[in-house]
Amino acid sequence: MKSRKLFAFVPLVIFIGLGVFLWIGLSLDPRELPSKLAEEQRPVPEFELPSLTDPARMLTPEDLAGEVALLNVWATWCPTCKEEHGYLNRLARDEGVTIYGINYKDEPGKAREWLRRYLNPYKEVILDEKGSLGLDMGVYGAPETYVLDASGAVRYRHVGAVDAQVWKTLKQVMAQVEQEARP
Amino acid sequence: MRTLMLWLMLLAPLSAQAAIDAYEFTDEQNEDRFQQLTNELRCPKCQNQNIADSDAPLAADLRREVYRMLEEGEPDESIIDFMVTRYGDFVLYRPRVNETTWLLWYGPFVLLGIGVLVVVLISRNRRQVSRSAADKPAAASGQYQASEALSAKETERLNKLLQQDSDQ
Amino acid sequence: MIIPELGEYALILALCLAVLLATVPLVGASRGNTLWMGFARPLSKGMFLFTLFSFFCLSWSFLYNDFSVVYVASNSNTALPWYYRLSAVWGGHEGSLLLWVLILSGWTLAVAIKSRNLPQDIIARVLAVMGWVAIGFYLFILLTSSPFERYLPGYPQEGADLNPLLQDFGLIVHPPMLYMGYVGFAVAFAFAIAALLSGRLDAAWARWSRPWTSVAWAFLTLGIALGSWWAYYELGWGGWWFWDPVENASLMPWLVGTALVHSLAVTEKRGVFKSWTVLLAIFAFSLSLLGTFLVRSGVLTSVHAFASDPDRGLFILIMLAVVIGGSLVLYAVRAGQMRSESSFGLLSRESLLLVNNVLLVVACAMVLLGTIYPLIIDALGMGKLSVGPPYFNALFVPLMSIMLVFMGAGVVSRWKQTSITMLVQQLWLPGVIAAVLGIGATWLYAGELKPWVTLGMVLAWWVVLSGLRDLYNRLRHRREKLAGLLKQSRSYYGMVLAHMGVAVLVVGVALVSIYSEQRDLRMQPGDEITFRDYTFVYEGNRHVEGPNYTSDQGQIKVLYQDELYTEMRPEKRLYTARGNVMTEAAIDPGFTRDLYVALGEPLENGAWAVRVQYKPYVRWLWLGGLLMTAGGLLAASDPRYRKRMRPVAA
Repeated sequence: MKSRKLFAFVPLVIFIGLGVFLWIGLSLDPRELPSKLAEEQRPVPEFELPSLTDPARMLTPEDLAGEVALLNVWATWCPTCKEEHGYLNRLARDEGVTIYGINYKDEPGKAREWLRRYLNPYKEVILDEKGSLGLDMGVYGAPETYVLDASGAVRYRHVGAVDAQVWKTLKQVMAQVEQEARP
Repeated sequence: MRTLMLWLMLLAPLSAQAAIDAYEFTDEQNEDRFQQLTNELRCPKCQNQNIADSDAPLAADLRREVYRMLEEGEPDESIIDFMVTRYGDFVLYRPRVNETTWLLWYGPFVLLGIGVLVVVLISRNRRQVSRSAADKPAAASGQYQASEALSAKETERLNKLLQQDSDQ
Repeated sequence: MIIPELGEYALILALCLAVLLATVPLVGASRGNTLWMGFARPLSKGMFLFTLFSFFCLSWSFLYNDFSVVYVASNSNTALPWYYRLSAVWGGHEGSLLLWVLILSGWTLAVAIKSRNLPQDIIARVLAVMGWVAIGFYLFILLTSSPFERYLPGYPQEGADLNPLLQDFGLIVHPPMLYMGYVGFAVAFAFAIAALLSGRLDAAWARWSRPWTSVAWAFLTLGIALGSWWAYYELGWGGWWFWDPVENASLMPWLVGTALVHSLAVTEKRGVFKSWTVLLAIFAFSLSLLGTFLVRSGVLTSVHAFASDPDRGLFILIMLAVVIGGSLVLYAVRAGQMRSESSFGLLSRESLLLVNNVLLVVACAMVLLGTIYPLIIDALGMGKLSVGPPYFNALFVPLMSIMLVFMGAGVVSRWKQTSITMLVQQLWLPGVIAAVLGIGATWLYAGELKPWVTLGMVLAWWVVLSGLRDLYNRLRHRREKLAGLLKQSRSYYGMVLAHMGVAVLVVGVALVSIYSEQRDLRMQPGDEITFRDYTFVYEGNRHVEGPNYTSDQGQIKVLYQDELYTEMRPEKRLYTARGNVMTEAAIDPGFTRDLYVALGEPLENGAWAVRVQYKPYVRWLWLGGLLMTAGGLLAASDPRYRKRMRPVAA
């Protein structure tokens, strides 16, 4: 009879366990996807794509290596990209951050006009008209911002607009990556 | 609050458009495999849709890739690997069987085993009770027995009701 | 206009009445104070009336386009026809909660009115428990999700329109039916808690809560069937079950509710499984609440999620902790003391029904595990993964197949003890015939024997034939067969009907899952395709203007064996207020097959992407659901539930 009494508590215990997970779940974002590239610290996938500003010149992953930098995926059709653009300008100008851009599934003419009008924070912009590089990187929603280390490997990804709050995290990651590189 | 705003921004308007591509396949087998694969791959951008049903541009891109690889003669595994290297296990609606998913795949069967075991134990246990209680006339005649909570009068009333039911 | 404010005040008053209802009769019952217990009924009526008034206020605001109310402005529009304006009341999170509490107070009222023959302390406790649940939901609405909030001082002149997906007959009927089911389990829950509180957990308790449970189960069945039908024709994909978290949230209480309906039968007839039945009653309602949490908190992604908000999620989670946690504590304390002495053998109707319960509960646990597994893995920091239809199908189908096998054995078995010889003697003939008919029917239909289809057909026949065997047993000893047929109780025929519904559903599922065909095509005017004896001729598109949308309407002529059979008009609509594009599929329904045509994107040279589908026996899914619903209602209407419990001595 004693075991019977204990059995009566089983549903309660299961429910408490479930409740804990649900409670943790409230603070998680089910929509956010981790980047496989960043998880495995892989380099940016192979590509050979023209530069947006100078279409005659072809860019490859080597052009992204050399220093710790940000890689920003953007397009003129993406309203959030417009929202973060001003902040990227400030980062490039005031903080001296190196930012590369991937112009993702966009019309080159419109994109060049956008950079003329809203200024260009990017050191280089890769023209990814078909979205093939974006696909290889696992981009799922513009804008996305990656942290690259000096060898050109991906270390972190943020999905959504970059603002002061997000920059704090990015800055931390960049500092850490730089520290690791120094022996 | 910030996350909420972010969601609102990322949230595509709820729309129900059938995503139809009109690809032409070299043979029917490829077409069936295409339907199978696009039905089991999840669109990373959408709320909870496979890439076959979603009308998001990303889903269309992924369908195009599946189509391309199928026509190039790639086997299903390499198409699935292609997606997983880019988007992770998230894109698989059929989770792979590994140590992370053992509970998911085998848990229900373990539970079923426990359940059946409990049924067998209870039935056998009850049988012994009935045998030991055989000297009590009420139990032998299959009448409802008084549990602690029931007064003798209530039991009598119940038995009468139950009698009516079994007549039906 | 102060209508919205009146609605809010009415809701506050309803909350006050709920607080009284939750306390006064309960104290009365524990002290044996008849006067205090007597308050339960009038308080229930008052709570219902104020909630109804509040609901009317919101409906009024919708009907008269009061866009100063935020909820109305974001879910309605002047161009919306009046019937959609009214159903838009429950088209969003806030209003659907108001519908929920309206139905909850409606069930409370129904219990108050219909249970005159119950002992007063029981009815006082039952209504008080309903009051507790109601308090939670009133607070939830008033604190986090009031539909009466205003835009002040300025407000929009035009509403943002109802989501076009919801501008449909489906929205009018599906949520009310589904909520009737969800909330209906609150009654079974209240009876269970009242029984635990009073310590009188007996066959009488099972008898009282049985009709309520059957009705709630019937409504939930109907709600799910309607939802499946709605998704089928409205989403434009031709799918009827997606294993989406929202659907799983309704399937879980249904599975446990089904187990509860059967377990209650055993408890009533044989006085066993008492603590198990109580636990199922608690589970059924808890899973309804859990579904509310999963759908409205944003912890899972779903196609039909409400605009989710973690704060609301936290509130519901606290409510879950109080309601479910509280009742499980009560259960743990009280159920440990319960003993049942009725005996049954390893092979008996009791044990077979218990096996049915185990299978249903395991299936429910499997659905729950699959639904929240991504959340668990994420919470443990082990990454993100998805669990989708391939997983659920792979596990659910075998579990249900085993259950169908036991279903046949269950209906012919006897209480207490059934010998294996008797079972074999009873069932060998139905088994053989089922195998022959099932295999034969599959072969005739498809010209091949695919394992799952064949199994489905054989099991469907098995369920039907073992049911017939049971009926034969019942009539065998009667001289007047027809009179014997009429003598059977309504609850017996309810069971038969529901089981036939299962068989019909199984046939539908097996055939539509395996033998659906789909072709995605590029069609120019004049193009045609022949598909399962039907020829579809695309004749071009026509521009059509609706009340609040414009549409490209495809003109498709369908020939059957070279004779004109019908014309189909799939549409691609642009709803102007929000700019949503929607596919309106054209469906030619039939008893043995549906033709389903949907329009995709325009391609170059006046061509369109067109999807043509052939869906065999898809109607049988919902026909099965309707039969089950009818069975549940018929069983609940059995006159013996209305018999007064007169003291035998009197």
